[in-house]
Amino acid sequence: MSTPAAAPREAPTPTTPPLVAYLLGLGDDALILAQRLGEWITRAPQIEEDIALGNIALDLLGQARVLLTRAGEVEGAGRDEDALAYLRDEREFRNVCLVEIPNGDFAVTMARQLVFSAYQYELWTALRHSGEPVLADLAAKALKEVAYHRDHATQWVLRLGDGTDEGHRRMQAGLDRVWPYVDELFTPDDAAAQLPGEAADPAALRARWTAYVEDVIARATLTVPTPTWHSRGGRAGLHTEHLGHLLPQMQHLHRAHPGARW
Amino acid sequence: MQVDDTPTQERLQARFDRMVADEVRIEPRDWMPEGYRRTLIRQIAQHAHSEIIGMQPEGNWITRAPSLRRKAILMAKVQDEAGHGLYLYSAAETLGVDREELLDLLHSGKQKYSSIFNYPTLTWADMGAIGWLVDGAAIMNQVPLCRCSYGPYGRAMVRICKEESFHQRQGFEILHTLSHGTPAQKAMAQDAVDRFWWPSLMMFGPPDSASTHSERSMAWGIKRFSNDELRQRFVDMTVPQAEALGLTLPDPDLRWDEESGHYAFGEIDWSELDRVIRGDGPCNAQRIERRRTAHEEGAWVRESAAAYARKHAATSSAAGETAA
Repeated sequence: MSTPAAAPREAPTPTTPPLVAYLLGLGDDALILAQRLGEWITRAPQIEEDIALGNIALDLLGQARVLLTRAGEVEGAGRDEDALAYLRDEREFRNVCLVEIPNGDFAVTMARQLVFSAYQYELWTALRHSGEPVLADLAAKALKEVAYHRDHATQWVLRLGDGTDEGHRRMQAGLDRVWPYVDELFTPDDAAAQLPGEAADPAALRARWTAYVEDVIARATLTVPTPTWHSRGGRAGLHTEHLGHLLPQMQHLHRAHPGARW
Repeated sequence: MQVDDTPTQERLQARFDRMVADEVRIEPRDWMPEGYRRTLIRQIAQHAHSEIIGMQPEGNWITRAPSLRRKAILMAKVQDEAGHGLYLYSAAETLGVDREELLDLLHSGKQKYSSIFNYPTLTWADMGAIGWLVDGAAIMNQVPLCRCSYGPYGRAMVRICKEESFHQRQGFEILHTLSHGTPAQKAMAQDAVDRFWWPSLMMFGPPDSASTHSERSMAWGIKRFSNDELRQRFVDMTVPQAEALGLTLPDPDLRWDEESGHYAFGEIDWSELDRVIRGDGPCNAQRIERRRTAHEEGAWVRESAAAYARKHAATSSAAGETAA
């Protein structure tokens, strides 16, 4: 019997209750991707996209705030959304690696957005029936937002994949760039496994995700990549090197003024 | 039978003048003098460019906002500015230019944007100073534009002004929080106000004695108040607000003048405005370069979208013919 390499060691907070860990994982996914999308504003290919990417970032930030606030309440140690966003270090972040990779060109960003929005669409669909009331309420609202995010990414993958030769080449390269990070989204997660009534089983989301995404890729005349390596470990606090550059930028001002109100 | 043999041009001009005098809105299909059209295109385009370039100094702090609430508000604000830019480009398009053309003029430096955005945002407090002072000055300039004689511009301004007044309040609130926070936060707020005060006063343009376009724009119902009138109103509104914030304004000559019923303020260094307009401000080159880079790096995206649309239109019209 071989232990899968996909079981990295827990982050240095082994006593984190499963619901807190689960909420932090989903909240960190939304927060870190919002941070990445925020980097696009003033740099988008057209003004409509400055608005659209900003809008998606805002929706994700809104989701993150609900999730982190709830994680802090359940934890009961007096940490609010800002304490959790600004005062944790890399190893305590529980997001999947996909959301922290650099934006790359517009095709990489749209590939990442298609993957993530289609994943979140299935996730929030499942969580509408969560026994955790905050998750169920958020799911109902977030599902509407994510349906738009998914459609936006879908339209761009089609336009780029089935537009010019350059668009096609770049869109395929974008898919190739993000595909190694796909498996991790659907990897069984310790926290979710301990919360059968509250959490969604990541593995159970994959079939519908695959059906949706593969249809878009086929219509865009692109090919589903077959990556030779896979990211793993984000939920256990094992990240890419990129997160260690994203967090200081996000956190430095807050940390420079301990205890200040903003 | 009486034949009106007044040359057509003169009759059209007379009708236009009457509409302006009667405060009847000029709409895109109405005849208008070429100078009116050119003035509006220049002004609306410059206004649109200011919204788009103005996204940069604030966009500079989105990734670093010190709380998630502030990050969300700032993102929404910058998004509003992009939206204002789009309404305004659309208003300009009703005068027979297109956005692509106007963006080229911005990128090549042939059309200007507000010089205030050529100053850097060095600390978080600058988000407060921009909201309070820069958006405050913009509102002062823009509220009278809601009554502009040109319909599409006036209507765009109504919507824009509503959002701007929210922006100004959020700027005031940022500074209020900082000025009532730690000593370091208060110092940060004071420094930002010190840096943005004079450039904000310059936003109203040169003094009336030196303003080149003002008189004609007034006659056309585009402009309602002179630069100096609006600047004075801004100072009168802002001084008590600064007191409420517990911050000082960097002008030793600033004082209440009983006789005029206004605040008197010091001499503005117009050579600085001239210098920044000429391109010698701290961020002129950086702002245009960012804009140009985004546009050029996005060219392949826009081209691919256009190719997809053509392909798709061809397919659906072919399908339509088959069905017929």
